[in-house]
Amino acid sequence: MNTAYLTAGDTFSLDCPTITRTTLALYAGASGDHNPVHIDIDACHAVGIEDVFAHGMLSMAYLGRLLTATFPQDRLCSFEVRFTAITPVNTTPTCTGTVAKVEDGLAHLDLSVALPDGTVTLSGTAVVTTH
Amino acid sequence: MPIDPTIVGTRTPEFQTTAERGRLRSFAQATGQPDPAYTDLDAARLAGYRDLLIPATFLFCLEMDNPDRHRFLADLGVDMRAILHGGQRFHYHAQAYAGDTLTFWTEVTDVYDKKGGALDVIVRDTHVSRDGTPIATLTSTIVVRDPKAAA
Repeated sequence: MNTAYLTAGDTFSLDCPTITRTTLALYAGASGDHNPVHIDIDACHAVGIEDVFAHGMLSMAYLGRLLTATFPQDRLCSFEVRFTAITPVNTTPTCTGTVAKVEDGLAHLDLSVALPDGTVTLSGTAVVTTH
Repeated sequence: MPIDPTIVGTRTPEFQTTAERGRLRSFAQATGQPDPAYTDLDAARLAGYRDLLIPATFLFCLEMDNPDRHRFLADLGVDMRAILHGGQRFHYHAQAYAGDTLTFWTEVTDVYDKKGGALDVIVRDTHVSRDGTPIATLTSTIVVRDPKAAA
């Protein structure tokens, strides 16, 4: 994307892969987040949780992929999210970014990750330099 | 279980770690990253980078290697299964690369409860630097809930 010509309303998106149990095992290993709620259904049952669910930071990593597929990573000034719903296993989220405003050489983006049923799992913002 | 508010201002000791190329390749695989600048040294150099890029959220993973992080939660009597990640923020100051020795330290900046004490919220800032140069500041919001209340 020619980021010098970004304008409010520009949108970009990323279709995430389906998050399988294998995805969660690989992410646990690579990230170092070994919290059993993401990888061990027995540990979930022991505290009344029905099944494993995805690491929130996995979805944030997908949003990061969306950002760095659109802008060189060293233009990223800030990136933040709130985790608004749990991501169940075996779902296929979509990441979306929208330019909210461009001001003083900075593009302000609104970000979200949503499940196929429309549930928003992450909501956030990022600021990138436009050049 | 209320969290002791006097933990605000407490800091972990400094902690140093390095992102190895192999672990970054595993992270790229786990996150479906197709951009070779994150996995292939030649591709990274061709794109103008001196080594594999540390991805935008990976500093959080390196922070998790801090042994004091787990000790901190255990000392508060928090069960890992009762934790929800409420929010995460990164402020970036400079790009970090595979092989960089990065220094981390974490400070508790806020503690409060929500929903009449059913949830405790802990906010922590982690400062990351390389040879004294700021790389990033991470702000993590952790929600501690009653595990029996989980859906």
